[in-house]
Amino acid sequence: MRFTKKDILGLEYLTPEEITLIIETARTQKDLLSRPIKKVPILRGKSVCTLFYENSTRTRTSFELAAKMLSADTSSVSVSGSSINKGESFKDTLLTLESMGIDLFIIRHEASGSSHYASQIVKSHVVNAGDGLHAHPTQGLLDMLTIYENKGKFEGLNVCVVGDISHSRVARSNVWGLAKMGAHVRVCGPSTLIPPDFDKLPCEVYTDLDKALEGADAVNVLRIQKERMDRGFFPTIGEYVKLYGITSERLKGCKDDVIVLHPGPINRGVEIDADVAYNHSVILDQVTNGVAVRMAILYLLLGGGNAEII
Amino acid sequence: MIKQVMDDNEIRRALTRVAHEIIERSKGADNLVVIGIRSRGVPPAQRLAALIGEIEGVKVPFGTLDISFYRDDYSIRGAAPVGASDIPVDITDKHVILVDEVLYTGRTIRAALDALMDMGRPSVISLAVLIDRGHRELPIRADYVGKNLPTSRSESVKVSWKELGGEDAVTIVSE
Repeated sequence: MRFTKKDILGLEYLTPEEITLIIETARTQKDLLSRPIKKVPILRGKSVCTLFYENSTRTRTSFELAAKMLSADTSSVSVSGSSINKGESFKDTLLTLESMGIDLFIIRHEASGSSHYASQIVKSHVVNAGDGLHAHPTQGLLDMLTIYENKGKFEGLNVCVVGDISHSRVARSNVWGLAKMGAHVRVCGPSTLIPPDFDKLPCEVYTDLDKALEGADAVNVLRIQKERMDRGFFPTIGEYVKLYGITSERLKGCKDDVIVLHPGPINRGVEIDADVAYNHSVILDQVTNGVAVRMAILYLLLGGGNAEII
Repeated sequence: MIKQVMDDNEIRRALTRVAHEIIERSKGADNLVVIGIRSRGVPPAQRLAALIGEIEGVKVPFGTLDISFYRDDYSIRGAAPVGASDIPVDITDKHVILVDEVLYTGRTIRAALDALMDMGRPSVISLAVLIDRGHRELPIRADYVGKNLPTSRSESVKVSWKELGGEDAVTIVSE
């Protein structure tokens, strides 16, 4: 099949076939990470730019490593230390960088829809690396790759996303991607942290964690974003831990072979117990899969539309 | 127009002769690794590894090599589906027999050589192909050839394999 999309803005815009192609490509590319020479020449001469208006360790590093392993040239622009601090607008920054010959932008911005906007401004490819509360498609895809590697399928799986749903672009990307592939997605959290529009998404909404975890094949635990928790969404961290913290005890209602995911960074002892995080989770596999998924996306996007099966 | 140039028996005989030639020139099979270029070089590679093993009474390591990331036509033709390379042994200091079904421009072999070099440092790499149809665009030649088949560029050479769901046969298709 051909991959004809110019941009990756959210999983809701991809077809199940496109998602399958990305995941299959990532699975085979992962082999590269375990080789002595972790570099192939395919993207030689392509320029990739990460443009980040928010902080990030793993997403940015993972994109840059993925690009470098495929031999693309990378440059990174962040707010501090750039002309953005002098008041240059998002649009002008994009146009300036595009004029320098950037073939693909990886954008993180605090405004939902910013990647859409960028994709209309520039002719280069755009990959959304997180836009406000909207989407984080590569995180969704790496979660899906991790689930697929462990379960061998998506059809009929019960996947439970727990935590701060309303501030989570990861939750939305999980719901769209997994539901497209035939999994049943449940989201669970305090009612103050579940946005009212979630009943319109292809998922079930729970506030009782034990019910949500019943028979789950995979649990995706979201980070409690302490920087956003000063607005009284729940009374105390202690109460949150008691009601929604993931411990081995709570996981007993899940399937025996349940896997636990977390997008990181972890607040140990808050949304996830240290024992579960270190001994019973696939968090580090997710990080590895992140590089693989991003390599797949760069390869497919920059190959641009005329792929033929040979 | 379709013209058959080899049937299953001829393919078997050609591969058997190539297997003997490889053993003769390599003085045995001790240090050999047979690697097929995905996906159409895999059936002949698998058969050569089995034949060499049978003749010498040893097990010859066999692997597959994906060259998607080393192609030189990515900017023109775009992203092709990627497969995984699977080489069960370290190829450093080994004698690699690289196998493909049809040798044509030589560009696939160039890509395969680069891919192999990134995986280790073989002591020797030899090239074995079922068909050499000429029209090289790079200074590459095969060490072992099942059949030399003079063709014109407008023709195409099709090989079908039992392993890939056909009958063993080589045909020339012309407009």
